[in-house]
Amino acid sequence: MVNQPMIQLKNVTKVYPNGTRGLNNINLEINKGEFVVVVGLSGAGKSTLLRSINRLQDISDGDILIDGQSITHAKGKALRNIRRDIGMIFQNFNLVKRSSVLRNVLTGKVGYYSAWKSTFNLFSAEDKQKAYEALQQVDLADKVYVRADQLSGGQQQRVSIARVLTQNPKIILADEPTASLDPKTAKSVMQYLKMLNQEYGMTVVANLHSVELAREFGDRVLGVKSGEIIYDGKMSETPAAVFEKIYNGQLEEAENE
Amino acid sequence: MNNNQHQLKQLPKKELKWSTLIWLIVLIAGLFISINVTNAHISVLLAPDNFGQFMDVLIQMCKPDWSYAHVIWPYLIETIKMAILGTVIGSIIAFIYSFLIARNIVKNKAVTGVLRFIMNIIRTIPDLLLGALFVAVVGIGPVAGVLALSVFTFGVVVKLFYEAIETIDYGPIEALTASGASKLQIIHFAVLPQVMTYFVSYVLYAFEINVRASTILGYIGAGGIGLYLQQTLQLFQYNRTGTILIVIIVVVVIIDYISSASREALTK
Repeated sequence: MVNQPMIQLKNVTKVYPNGTRGLNNINLEINKGEFVVVVGLSGAGKSTLLRSINRLQDISDGDILIDGQSITHAKGKALRNIRRDIGMIFQNFNLVKRSSVLRNVLTGKVGYYSAWKSTFNLFSAEDKQKAYEALQQVDLADKVYVRADQLSGGQQQRVSIARVLTQNPKIILADEPTASLDPKTAKSVMQYLKMLNQEYGMTVVANLHSVELAREFGDRVLGVKSGEIIYDGKMSETPAAVFEKIYNGQLEEAENE
Repeated sequence: MNNNQHQLKQLPKKELKWSTLIWLIVLIAGLFISINVTNAHISVLLAPDNFGQFMDVLIQMCKPDWSYAHVIWPYLIETIKMAILGTVIGSIIAFIYSFLIARNIVKNKAVTGVLRFIMNIIRTIPDLLLGALFVAVVGIGPVAGVLALSVFTFGVVVKLFYEAIETIDYGPIEALTASGASKLQIIHFAVLPQVMTYFVSYVLYAFEINVRASTILGYIGAGGIGLYLQQTLQLFQYNRTGTILIVIIVVVVIIDYISSASREALTK
């Protein structure tokens, strides 16, 4: 199990139409079962990195392999099948606000259904049960038929975690999952992510702004700055000063004083 | 404090733009010239002859011939049926078409561009002209009216609905895309729940317009109560015209009220 690459980035470069380099020649391997936190300033390229992995954004150059398969060159059905194995959690939850919690959780399974079956809401009783069980895992069983817009921010993020759980992916990408939550709720959301990582062996890559949360939950730290990875190491071996370097680039000055 | 106040500048006067003033003069001059050219003086309307005739007609209309009501009743029903059918057919087509021209659903700008161009052409044709066109194609009768109203409804609903689709929250679409859903599934699970109430509301709105439009379509032979409106006017039976108008007004007001009340309830 150890050292089996789940996500591989090879010479990945992303140039935006306006000329900005979102990612600059990135080489990276993430192994199965790792909990990776990506830290860096806003605009450093954290989101671009994450959204390139499941191709919500196309990259300009290089190749990205998911579990050995190239997502960069996949099309149509093949692309959708790779995406089924990658769950995503968003800063703004991205729930369908006018739909019920159950329906939102079931959308995690949509990739497994044919177009006509899902059009007529033919979700199997088994999948509905799975969705309900996922909601129990995040302690939201009592909200199953409530409309999503009636939930608080923290509850909505837990619904999106249940959605990912129902999707049952190999990888979870979390793009600032706690940025719009209060500190206490943020911590509980991170605990649920940790649970998915430890109990289900899902590989987690999370962008985080909070150094505190990153230190508490991450196994491995990636520091991103100007589209490049400037730090890569185990959390346990990473001194606090590294975070300052990533955020301010002032580590050297601090040491000199 | 004093020092600070000295440094702050006074709000500069807004520069008077000569071009604005010239445009204003051109517009006002244009208005007066066009009034003269088209001879659309208000005095024409208020001239004693015309005004007197208008009062004559109005007074006769105010003595409606109620015995006539049972003659027009079936045509009123036909008019409403035309409005309903036209609304349904036009809305179904508009529903599908709207997704094809919404730029957040179809990314290909050539496709949306061409389809939007076609839509804009269709939208420019007024309902009466549509009616006349279809009377020429399928002949006199309510079928022409239904077709005209379908095309007209399409024009109203498609414009409002595709704009509603384009303003939705993009987040759920990304979430569905990320989990491996296909285009149709994305529309069904992420887009439809966000826009369905708008669609129903726009359809009801189009229905309100159609009820009004359909009453006049008979004028050009496209079926419905309009035919009798024309006949009674031509035979100077103003008391019967009055009956028709009162019936139409009552029905339109009732339908408008029910429709807008349900639209309000929907958007809550």
